[in-house]
Amino acid sequence: MSMPFYVSPEQLMRDRADFARKGIARGRSLVAVQYADGLLFVAENQSQTLHKVSELYDRLAFAAVGRYNEFENLRIAGVRLADMRGYSYDRLDVTGRGLANAYAQTLGTIFSSGGEKPYEVELFVAELGDSPEGDQIYRLTYQGSIADEQQYAAMGGSAEHVAEYLKEHYQPGLVLDDALRLAVAALAHDDRDDDGTRQIGPEALEAAALERSRSQPRKFRRITAAYLSDLLGVTTVAATEDESQTETEPATPTSPQTPGQAGTQRIAAQTDESLVEPAAPAQPADSPDVVDSTGSADSAEPADSADPTDPASAVGELPDDSDSPARDV
Amino acid sequence: MTAAHDARLPSAYLTPGTSSFAGFLADQAPDLLPGRLASRQQAVGAVDVPHGTTIVAATFAGGVVMAGDRRATMGNIIAQRDIEKVFPADEYSCVGIAGSAGLAVELTRLFQVELEHYEKIEGTTLSLDGKANRLAALIRGNLAMAMQGLAVVPLFAGYDQNAGIGRIFSYDVTGGRYEEQAFYSVGSGSLFARGSLKKLYRDGLSARDCVIATVQALYDAADDDSATGGPDLARRIFPVVAVVSADGYARMPDADVATIADEIMAARMQRPDGPAAPLT
Repeated sequence: MSMPFYVSPEQLMRDRADFARKGIARGRSLVAVQYADGLLFVAENQSQTLHKVSELYDRLAFAAVGRYNEFENLRIAGVRLADMRGYSYDRLDVTGRGLANAYAQTLGTIFSSGGEKPYEVELFVAELGDSPEGDQIYRLTYQGSIADEQQYAAMGGSAEHVAEYLKEHYQPGLVLDDALRLAVAALAHDDRDDDGTRQIGPEALEAAALERSRSQPRKFRRITAAYLSDLLGVTTVAATEDESQTETEPATPTSPQTPGQAGTQRIAAQTDESLVEPAAPAQPADSPDVVDSTGSADSAEPADSADPTDPASAVGELPDDSDSPARDV
Repeated sequence: MTAAHDARLPSAYLTPGTSSFAGFLADQAPDLLPGRLASRQQAVGAVDVPHGTTIVAATFAGGVVMAGDRRATMGNIIAQRDIEKVFPADEYSCVGIAGSAGLAVELTRLFQVELEHYEKIEGTTLSLDGKANRLAALIRGNLAMAMQGLAVVPLFAGYDQNAGIGRIFSYDVTGGRYEEQAFYSVGSGSLFARGSLKKLYRDGLSARDCVIATVQALYDAADDDSATGGPDLARRIFPVVAVVSADGYARMPDADVATIADEIMAARMQRPDGPAAPLT
């Protein structure tokens, strides 16, 4: 009979964290970007049917990286919880904070309980506000920690590089198309990409948005591959041109986009590439942890400026008029 | 709700299984199901609850129209003048309710969540037949209440995206599901409304003409059934009209319904029984 060796709790937790982190680092990245009219999610995903981004409720979306079976389980649980709350109280009473808390508790318990292996997942729970100030992106890690991200966020294997790119290039108030281009460019700037020329085709992308402008109470919309390929057919060409220009001439990209924003972004891109890329060593296994700290440090200002109070517009058309007992219709 | 006691997601939530919200509810929170009261309170004999209201539906090329009057009655009392009884079930279907209002509204709410829940979990919508069958199952769950006199008899209509046509389904209290052709009506004034539609309905109606036919039918129902409300000209309360087509569910704006109702009223001033159908 073998005697179990003593393992210090610190070591145990570190081992479990390493295990989860390695699992997550194997996958591709996912970004969330706030744009003028909502929140956009873009993931690298080869499958058209196994989604990384999905709808939770009227104004809530779920995005995940890591092991599919584990986050799919969490997604379904979230849909059940949201529908149960909305049915027993009211649609307005389903909040992102409530769901993020439930996920955090669940992930935290699984992580620290001895029996189960930790989940190898990271999640976003995003909530659309009445105005951009009310938008919330909650980021949940495998150990159940929860962070409130502002404007943009990245997770997955190369989250550090992707977030860095977003930090350099993000501007508030983007329109959807620009936000999409930015997100795709950010995903392409991962650490698999040594020379900055990697392109991601629309067939390997999954995109969805929570759109404030949608008239229906359910604000979640998938962005079709056809739309993406229309959009990216232009962008990828422009991006490669850019890349090739990097050494030769400093600025003035001739891309057909909105001149002001796109132009400044490109200039920034070039400095970014020449300065940052060579300096950053590729370390896939550790990246999520590093990003975890930097990612939340970016958005260090306390973000509960807008309590997730849902707008009255999201209410369904059901009248709560059954105040008298046996009214007949 | 079990979730209230523990911030964690209960293990049942994390267990793969049903895509049905009603099924999940029956396991996790059966007290939230609309038919729950029946099991607690044994039959006390039928409560005398009349069926107020009238819902009519008619198809047109490329969709279906559903209209409902605005009256709710409690015995001989008018309980509410502006109740709404036609609801969207999801993006491509609608449901109109007849029967005891409290249960019917709750059943509709459950049905709406049921369809949305399936869509979110499975990533695809149910077929129109699938939706109709789910509603049948929910009505059957209310059978015990129906035996006590609190029946819910909805009318379900939707746009079938596979076939490209509007379809109508009626139900009985036991959950029997019957597909109807062209037009149908439920509720206390349904006989009069159906008689009216028989004379007014024809193939190839436009969406607007179809709305006129259903509002005419509601007028005829209100004419002969005391529990059905006619257009309330003084308060400007007009029927709720839903149009479901390839563009999805749309509730016709009140102003448009008012225009149609005013036209109908003007014509009825000349001929109170409505438009005369040819004899042969």
